[in-house]
Amino acid sequence: MSTKKESLFSKKNMKLIKDPLNDSNPISIQVLGICSALAITIMLENAFVMSMSVLFVLIMANVVVSLIRNMIPDKIRIIVQLVIVATLVITVDQILKAYVYEVSKQLSVFVGLIITNCIIMGRLEAFALGNKPGPAFLDAIGNSFGYTWILLVVGFLREVFGSGSIWGFKFIPDSWIISFDPLTGGTDGFYEHNGLMLLSPIALFLVAGVIWVQRAKNRKLIEEN
Amino acid sequence: MKFLEKIVDKLEPNFEKGGKYEKWYPLFDGFATFLFTPKHTTKKGVHIRDAVDLKRTMNTVITAMIPCLLFGIWNTGYQHYSALGLTEEFGFLDQVFFGALKVLPVVIVSYVVGLGVEFGFCIAKGHPIEEGFLVSGMLIPLIVPADTPLWMVAVATIFSVVFVKEVFGGTGMNILNPALTARAFLFFAYPKQLSGDKAWVNTELPEGYSYAENGKYVLNEIGQRVGEVDAIAGATQLSRFKASVDVMKNTKDELGEAVGAAAQSFEAGVVKLSEKFDLWEAFVGIVPGSIGETSVIAILIGAGLLLHTGVGSLKIMLSGIFGAVFMTIIFNTAGVNPYMTVGPLEHLFAGGFMFGLVFMATDPVSAAQTEVGKVIYGFFIGLFCIMIRVFNPAYPEGMMLAILFMNVMAPLIDHYVIQGNIKQRLNRLKLNTANH
Repeated sequence: MSTKKESLFSKKNMKLIKDPLNDSNPISIQVLGICSALAITIMLENAFVMSMSVLFVLIMANVVVSLIRNMIPDKIRIIVQLVIVATLVITVDQILKAYVYEVSKQLSVFVGLIITNCIIMGRLEAFALGNKPGPAFLDAIGNSFGYTWILLVVGFLREVFGSGSIWGFKFIPDSWIISFDPLTGGTDGFYEHNGLMLLSPIALFLVAGVIWVQRAKNRKLIEEN
Repeated sequence: MKFLEKIVDKLEPNFEKGGKYEKWYPLFDGFATFLFTPKHTTKKGVHIRDAVDLKRTMNTVITAMIPCLLFGIWNTGYQHYSALGLTEEFGFLDQVFFGALKVLPVVIVSYVVGLGVEFGFCIAKGHPIEEGFLVSGMLIPLIVPADTPLWMVAVATIFSVVFVKEVFGGTGMNILNPALTARAFLFFAYPKQLSGDKAWVNTELPEGYSYAENGKYVLNEIGQRVGEVDAIAGATQLSRFKASVDVMKNTKDELGEAVGAAAQSFEAGVVKLSEKFDLWEAFVGIVPGSIGETSVIAILIGAGLLLHTGVGSLKIMLSGIFGAVFMTIIFNTAGVNPYMTVGPLEHLFAGGFMFGLVFMATDPVSAAQTEVGKVIYGFFIGLFCIMIRVFNPAYPEGMMLAILFMNVMAPLIDHYVIQGNIKQRLNRLKLNTANH
């Protein structure tokens, strides 16, 4: 056993933050937590609030589980983790309802479903149970930011093309939108929001696009079959 | 021809390895082999040689679509002027001219954008240009309303070429029909442009004309009343079905009196449906609809060419019709709402059923490959098409969704057909060995 104390910001630990942002991104590489990425990315704001909730839950859960990792009996560890995560999620839910009620209404059931977000259980099982609180904290930050940036990219694209706005600010005037003109029988305007962007399946295509770009840049990621 | 050949031969050294435009070789190769049968010979192994290569096959399909295109051009103009009641002022030539003005830009945009994306991918990957888009580029304009804004056509084309074709490995690897994917994209992304009664017929008045009395009549330059606006002209026949079903739901007849008994409203609904559908018009194709889908006659000419050259599969077409008729008869027997009472011929002639069955269900890449599989595949396309139309009138174009759905199922069908065949042969082998 090495007695040398490892610095919290050593190279190895920094890798915990950097890796999930790109090479082992929870969404685009490990394909975890896809359901929430599909469901709540219609607006940028929703995606951001969701990401922050996951950030909070994941950091707290990772640190807490890591702190008590030697006390948790192996047989019931999933239940213990679930209790911790559920407590945190309920807290988040109450906070959202208190301070950003509109957004929390739109996120509806998906805040509660953070409990079942595979990223959280995955990190607890794979990392927090076997590591000290410090690295667990960094791992949580890395993974939730990996989750966040993809959600923000998808949310940005869906909001811009689906509703013509960014963070609720409309930048496409209504006069551009195609409308029927009863005087001439023709149409006015030339633009139309893309309705497909408001449907969840399009997020799959957008995530696929992110995966595509990522693998084209980093050919190591391409699996051989 | 000699002249063209000379140009191609002269240009070739520039594009070969070490030449000035080496990078652009795929582009050159694409055009050269489009014009002339390629000179390359196979270098290894034994191959069956046939003059009909992929490009020639594609050209056959495009030729088969020309009747639909020409008819569509005229019909676009005709629907436009007849909706305004101006067919007397604007004759055949005006109608063709108006139609051409609407339809040809769509064709051009679809080809330029689609081929552009394809060429881009080929040059980036450095592999020869595949000619798969030649057919899709013609199919896309034929299955959209003539009034679709051009940029929407472009966006849908890019989406379908990139996500259905290039991602899966280019021509011959697509899991879905690219043209139908483009239409599905349009349908879900821009529903206002692809459905409803404003989408199908252009009602923009010609220069100098104006509406009068709340758009009931059309006045000419000097204020004379020349045309009476056709109130229901805008809707396709499938959406007219839906409209009359909606009327039934409100249980009020045309006079505005509440129809009490459900039975009474049902009878009225059936009468209304049959009133609104003219079988002969639908057969000839003088009805609103997507550019190429309206005329069953034009489609049948195309089908004849496809079958004669062996490019299209008769099995898929026939089993598709059989599936549709089968489902319709079941619905007719049940007949619980007016929509279910629509007869088999009406269903076959309405909307894009025939067009989809002849030109898209038979797409050799995304259809089932085995002979038995083709029959099953076609049957379920017909069956699902009618089912979607009847159960969900909000999606009047059941054919699109039915074909896309069966495209996805085709590999599964093939798998079980092949497994079944293997099993059968194994059994036969067992029997044979037991007898000896």
